[in-house]
Amino acid sequence: MTTLLYADHNGQSLAPQTARALTAALKIDPCVDILICGNNIAAICDDAAKLAGVRKVLKAEADSLFHQLAEPVSQTIVSLAPQYDVIISAASANGKNIMPRVAAQLDVMQISDIVDVVSADTYKRPIYTGNAIATVQSLDDKKVITVRATAFLPAAVGGNAEIMAIKPAAIPAMAEFTGEDLIESDMPELTNAKTVIAGGRALGSSEQFTSVLMPLAKKLKAAIGASRAAVDAGYAPNDWQIGQTGKVIAPDLYIAIGISGAIQHVAGVKDSGFIVAINKDSEAPIMKIADVSLVGDLFTVVPELVKAL
Amino acid sequence: MKILVCVKRVIDYNIKVRVRADGSGVDLNNVKMSINPFDEVAIEEAVRQKEAGKASEIIALSIGAKAAKETLRTALAMGADRAILVECEQEIEPLHVAKIVKKIVEEEKPDLVFLGKQAIDDDANQTGQMLAALLNWPQATFISKLELSDKTADATREIDGGTQKLSLRLPAIITTDLRLNEPRYASLPNIVRARKTPIEEKAVADFNIDLQPHLVTLKVEEPAKRPATVSVDNVADLIAKLKEANIL
Amino acid sequence: MSAHDLPDRETMECDVVIVGAGPAGLAAAIRLKQIDPALSIIVLEKGSEVGAHILSGAVVDPTGINQLLPGWLQDESHPLRTPVTDDHFCYLTAKKAYNISQKLFPNLLSNEGNYVVSLGLVCRWLAKKAEALGVDIFPGFAVTEVLFGKHNEVIGVATGDMGVKKDGKPGRNFIRGIELKAKYVLVGEGARGSLTKKLIGHYQLNQNCAPQKYGLGIKELWEIDPKYHKAGSVTHSVGWPLNYQTGGGGFIYHMQSNLVSVGFVTHLDYKNPYLSPFHEFQRFKAHPAWRNLFKGAKRICYGARTISEGGWQSVPKLTFPGGALIGCAAGFVNLPRLKGSHNAVLSGMNTAKYIAQALAAGRSHDEVVEIEDSWRSSAIGQDLYPVRNVKPLLSKLGSTIGLPLSYIELWCQSVLKFSIFGTLKHSKPDCESLQPASKHRRIRYPKPDDDITFDILSSVFLTNTHYEDDQPCHLKVKSLEVQDQSERAVFAGPSTRYCPAGVYEWVEQDGRDTYIINAQNCIHCKTCDIKDPNGNIDWECPQGGDGPNYANM
Repeated sequence: MTTLLYADHNGQSLAPQTARALTAALKIDPCVDILICGNNIAAICDDAAKLAGVRKVLKAEADSLFHQLAEPVSQTIVSLAPQYDVIISAASANGKNIMPRVAAQLDVMQISDIVDVVSADTYKRPIYTGNAIATVQSLDDKKVITVRATAFLPAAVGGNAEIMAIKPAAIPAMAEFTGEDLIESDMPELTNAKTVIAGGRALGSSEQFTSVLMPLAKKLKAAIGASRAAVDAGYAPNDWQIGQTGKVIAPDLYIAIGISGAIQHVAGVKDSGFIVAINKDSEAPIMKIADVSLVGDLFTVVPELVKAL
Repeated sequence: MKILVCVKRVIDYNIKVRVRADGSGVDLNNVKMSINPFDEVAIEEAVRQKEAGKASEIIALSIGAKAAKETLRTALAMGADRAILVECEQEIEPLHVAKIVKKIVEEEKPDLVFLGKQAIDDDANQTGQMLAALLNWPQATFISKLELSDKTADATREIDGGTQKLSLRLPAIITTDLRLNEPRYASLPNIVRARKTPIEEKAVADFNIDLQPHLVTLKVEEPAKRPATVSVDNVADLIAKLKEANIL
Repeated sequence: MSAHDLPDRETMECDVVIVGAGPAGLAAAIRLKQIDPALSIIVLEKGSEVGAHILSGAVVDPTGINQLLPGWLQDESHPLRTPVTDDHFCYLTAKKAYNISQKLFPNLLSNEGNYVVSLGLVCRWLAKKAEALGVDIFPGFAVTEVLFGKHNEVIGVATGDMGVKKDGKPGRNFIRGIELKAKYVLVGEGARGSLTKKLIGHYQLNQNCAPQKYGLGIKELWEIDPKYHKAGSVTHSVGWPLNYQTGGGGFIYHMQSNLVSVGFVTHLDYKNPYLSPFHEFQRFKAHPAWRNLFKGAKRICYGARTISEGGWQSVPKLTFPGGALIGCAAGFVNLPRLKGSHNAVLSGMNTAKYIAQALAAGRSHDEVVEIEDSWRSSAIGQDLYPVRNVKPLLSKLGSTIGLPLSYIELWCQSVLKFSIFGTLKHSKPDCESLQPASKHRRIRYPKPDDDITFDILSSVFLTNTHYEDDQPCHLKVKSLEVQDQSERAVFAGPSTRYCPAGVYEWVEQDGRDTYIINAQNCIHCKTCDIKDPNGNIDWECPQGGDGPNYANM
């Protein structure tokens, strides 16, 4: 059995999800090749070759692959597919965009967003917005899979795989990349941010909301969110609201500061990788849901945390 | 320009889902069903394009049980011109759906097909992309902005870390994200009109597509509980825990 | 933005418009179509679907449905699947439950032949029947206005505008409400309806009746271990956790599929402002007599609704030029039987009969006095008259004396058809019973154990409540000053305790006590409209479709 892992990258470096998707891939099948598509990707291929457990790195370079558009990339993957039993990628924006195209061309069903590998053909995946987990078995000979990266630890570094150039499949152009807007700022967008810190009504005023949380957000390169109560009190703008009726987020790290964490709020963050709660009330609901809780006065704790980071 | 919009009837997004104790699935008995929120955005986008003079006809399509007619009526009430139901009582997978929609596309010859990026029941996020592959059309997925001209669709897509702009040669597939628009309310007179509009009904058997499942769901369970909370009482310990967990 | 700046509303016309797709409204719609299939009937419902705002115990007396839909037992889709098999009544102390045999109770309290149901499912079933007959039902539309003609007659209703922002200005998706002009308007909003309140005020419909009295029913649906489950088992309790001063009691009804409906009714004429009906209900579940049912079991849904309890003496004049009140909006609940849906159905049917006659005679927009004149001698009157003194006895004398006296009274009525009390009056509206906090002690309710008992917010979570975020607050406080100087300073903020959804909070902000209204938690029970000690809160309809989405409640 052999697996092809389509590796996501941003043109400069491998996406952090790739190492995690590799862990999932290795659980299914120990023989994994990585495919990198793009232009000027030598350095990225080198990084991929260093991941432990990789057999080969396939380098597909072409102008048409520059922005990893779904049409040419899926064509390239399909051209390699006869050699592989499993084709897998992280469920990143690129992975989600490209992989179903591959599955349809191979006439197989895709299993999206797996969070666990039960066996070579059976996986667990979230359904109903993560409110249920389905254990699904694939009856197809070839499997096409995307992986929820936060559910797996990153593979170790220490490999030395061979890098092989391959010829990308050619297709007539039907889509053209015309621009992008990648947020370079230290304050990422709330729903995409890897780290989110959020404040509650306890912050007491909109001035304190920003003066206390901004320094921490800057240090962590985090987005700032707010509980409904804080937004209703006028301490934070509406589009900072996180929760059942606000934004539903799943960052790698979520820090709730002065938020009691009633279930309506927790519903908006339950899929976060790691949850930290800072609150002076040890009985607040969030203190029993978080992975780590710190009982303390946020006005002392947060500045201390900023200093220590 | 003709736009075909695919809509699915799913559990209403306000309803808390209940996993059956026997692991056989989610309890949908007597539960409120509604149009998939992403599909509602897709219909709204099509209607706005029509109001802007870019589209001339909007066809709403649903594949499912007879009750999916209610979903099509919602689409009609929002401004779709026609509605087609492909009646299918069994559970089918995105690949099957894509194959059925392909046949409708071959019949209706739309310039664009809009789909919600994913359905909130299976969360697959596949149908639009699969359809694009089967038709060999370009795709723009999870879009947050769309501009149409005679020959192209210029779409802004939500990607990790920002947005991306693509220009697609028509005909093309678009899948919609929630940020694209805020769907309108259907007014009472429009609902009344929609109730009177006949819906074209087809049977899935007429499409001659193999509907054998590729996937088998062995079990459905509640999500694993998060591990027990670890309580620390100072910042240094907090940072240590974050480092331990590979976060910092 | 003033009404002048808004575009005109579109108009639709029909023969009869019915406000509320509850048992009364749907029964009226069905009956009207059965009598004359050519009539155009429109039912407007503020919930997002039929049943979304319906909540009841419920043990239903099928007498209304028997008359409305004879042969319903043969209908495969009927929802009355659980006949009552056992009927228990007990008096509770903190540790014990004293069972009182059914044989000691007069027949009128018997549940033989009754069914344990989800009233929400019953309404959905009735709605299907109504639609099959050609009734147009429109869920998701809140009726906010009565339309008057030139002679002070009701000529129709209007639905609320949608897409109005918090500041009152039209948002991007703003659409104007619709005017529905009809020959007659039937109002079936349930207890303490907002339109009902306006109509009663406008036509002084309550000038010759006693003030309406209410109870707050809070209920949960649970899935329990089969070994404790017995479909059709019905239990009612009085006594603990309430003391003699406060009326009310609990119920546990076993339905199908290991489902149990458990709830508690607190009479809203209670005096102690520290009382929390929610917490009384939570601790009721933990009573040793049945805590095992709930320990380790699964809580599925939660909800609350007020119940009109005034009965015979409190029913206002039903009719006004152009329409009538039906069902619980009028107030036909039989308190000791704890049932009202049978009378709601009968009310819908009787009203339909007279409205159809009026329409056939070419009448419109006039007062169909036959409706008002006939109810007391009808089956509804015969059901309510014998029990009319129970509520006044409880309210005036407390439960220690009131319960035994009610018992005697019911036997007298049942056997001798006569009461030694004549017809007792209800003394005052519920909001006036509240006493200043200084006269009472704070009640220490136990903390939730997250197994049998829970906190308010995680309970509201189970109501599937949803609101369009950017809309004006639908809970209108007439004077914030009065709230501060009276509700808070004198009564210690009872709204923070009587609301079963945690809507109201008194929070210190910028050094002042601020009244926070979390309108997005509101589950449309109407308690605040009833119990605010100064009548300072007006419950108005939020945007159509908003509020709870009860499933099978």
